[in-house]
Amino acid sequence: MNSGATAPHPISSELEVRIRKRYPNSEGSFLLNVHFRALAGFTILFGASGAGKTTLLDCIAGLTDPDDGRIVIGGDEVYESDRKRNVPAWNRRVGYVLQDLALFPHLTAEKNVAYGLRGLDPSARRTRSRELLNAFRIDHLRDRRPAQISGGERQRVALARALVTEPRALLLDEPLAALDRPTKSQIIADLRKWNQHYRIPILLVTHSGEEVFALGEEVIVLDAGKIVAQGRPKDVMHAPQLETVAQLSGFENIFHASVIARNEDRGTMTCRIGAGPLHLETPLIRAEVGSQLRIGIRAGDILLATENPRGLSARNILGGEIVRIDRRDGIALAVVDCSKTSFEVQLTLAAQDSLALLPGKSVWVVIKTHSCHLMRE
Amino acid sequence: MNWQAFWLSVELATIVSFVLFAIGIPVAYWLTYSRWRWKFLVEAAVALPIVLPPTVLGFYVLVALGSRSPLGRWWESLTGHTLAFTFEGLVIGSLLYSLPFAVQPFASAFGTVDTKLIRAAASLGDSPALAFRRVVLPLSKAGLITGFTLSFAHTLGEFGVVLMVGGNIPGVTRTLSIDIYDQVQDAQYASANTTALALLVISFVLLSIVYGLNRRSWAVRPWK
Repeated sequence: MNSGATAPHPISSELEVRIRKRYPNSEGSFLLNVHFRALAGFTILFGASGAGKTTLLDCIAGLTDPDDGRIVIGGDEVYESDRKRNVPAWNRRVGYVLQDLALFPHLTAEKNVAYGLRGLDPSARRTRSRELLNAFRIDHLRDRRPAQISGGERQRVALARALVTEPRALLLDEPLAALDRPTKSQIIADLRKWNQHYRIPILLVTHSGEEVFALGEEVIVLDAGKIVAQGRPKDVMHAPQLETVAQLSGFENIFHASVIARNEDRGTMTCRIGAGPLHLETPLIRAEVGSQLRIGIRAGDILLATENPRGLSARNILGGEIVRIDRRDGIALAVVDCSKTSFEVQLTLAAQDSLALLPGKSVWVVIKTHSCHLMRE
Repeated sequence: MNWQAFWLSVELATIVSFVLFAIGIPVAYWLTYSRWRWKFLVEAAVALPIVLPPTVLGFYVLVALGSRSPLGRWWESLTGHTLAFTFEGLVIGSLLYSLPFAVQPFASAFGTVDTKLIRAAASLGDSPALAFRRVVLPLSKAGLITGFTLSFAHTLGEFGVVLMVGGNIPGVTRTLSIDIYDQVQDAQYASANTTALALLVISFVLLSIVYGLNRRSWAVRPWK
């Protein structure tokens, strides 16, 4: 695995993954279908549990086989389904810190770290592993077994063990989930420092939005096996969220809003859209009056009425005017202006025809409280 | 006490437990990790000697070793005599007889090693065989010692298979348990008692070692 180098030398590599794999989870089976490239440095893989994150890491590490696709690590093609190329896990040189670390319970911390250096002579092995033990501040624990050290220390041992072999990519599966905040940031700081010398891609899996912001790096949002967003956290994440970016990304109508009243007894909140006069009644969430939210409404969840409807259960009835109607793919998409706020509304062609909906016509926009999906700003 | 029979029994048990240690590890490895759909049939076959009357097992071994079977003829052409009623024949019969006592503790020890550790070893550059040697075997130490000791103790005390396959030839196939039988037949109860007691004590000591080793933590130490 290791060529025998004793002096550290910078490695530069890049990870490219384009794979498909059907995988089982609690709700049946999903198709993992992703294509991305990760450069040296941190890339965060964010998604709910069951989104396919661990399956993806297993495929990259070679611990499970994709159905098809291609995986390139540092310019070396380790998997290519068309050419039947599949380098076994033990020859891939990918560092992998598994979710529950999987430290060898029968070995001391030092022997755990030195595990991957089988090919080196004992003195080189010792030098290399001591180096990593020092870099991760666990040198004083080297003679202890995993059962005799704390969670944060075990985490450090697992990282040192994965990195001592100078892997071409590092995969971390929820490495920080069980740690307190100061321990977390210390470990990340040490890992960043290491990464400045060894420029390899680090793929870090998490389901905590807070962690994504704390790391602040490129983030890939995975939902039900697919990449639904990719970019800087501030662009793709809005934590803590009620709906994920992923879930809200399919919404045609997204408004900035602020909470102006909480109607605890009715289980609703009144929100003002933007700075304008328009109010919407939304489901009650734990948000204080004055807090900023985003409201997402699907075009298909909005009704149009040609007269002010009465005796309707829907709480939001707003007067407006049709600005535009486009017919395509068997549906009609209307844009309705209500006091300078535009709503996109989806109608059937038959509904458009029977109500004679045309630009310029006055209409009422009807929205049920629970059609308003909320996300914190 | 018949020391000739004693040492013959010890020799037989030693050879059998060492050979079973060597054979049992790969068999247990296969039983633990194979995903073959008919694996349960092999498991049942390995466990057979536990429930089969030793005379049944002995009978089939005798037939298989006899000069009418291919194995018996091959051995005869090689050595000039049949396997039946020889020490070698006794070893073969005992290997089958004690097989589950080695394989089952091995397999259950391998099976309790977390597969995550094997995955971690793979990502650190170890092929499955290497990971087995460096991770699974060391973590299965107690199971290996148990299997070794049990197969030793079980062979030491076998009777039916020995009688069927080996007969009762002093210095060749007359083991301790056969010797006891002989003494009782001759109404020599005092010497039968000595030998029986010796077997009882040895077996008890060996089993105490097994259970003592498998005790995870000594919450209460027996000598305090």
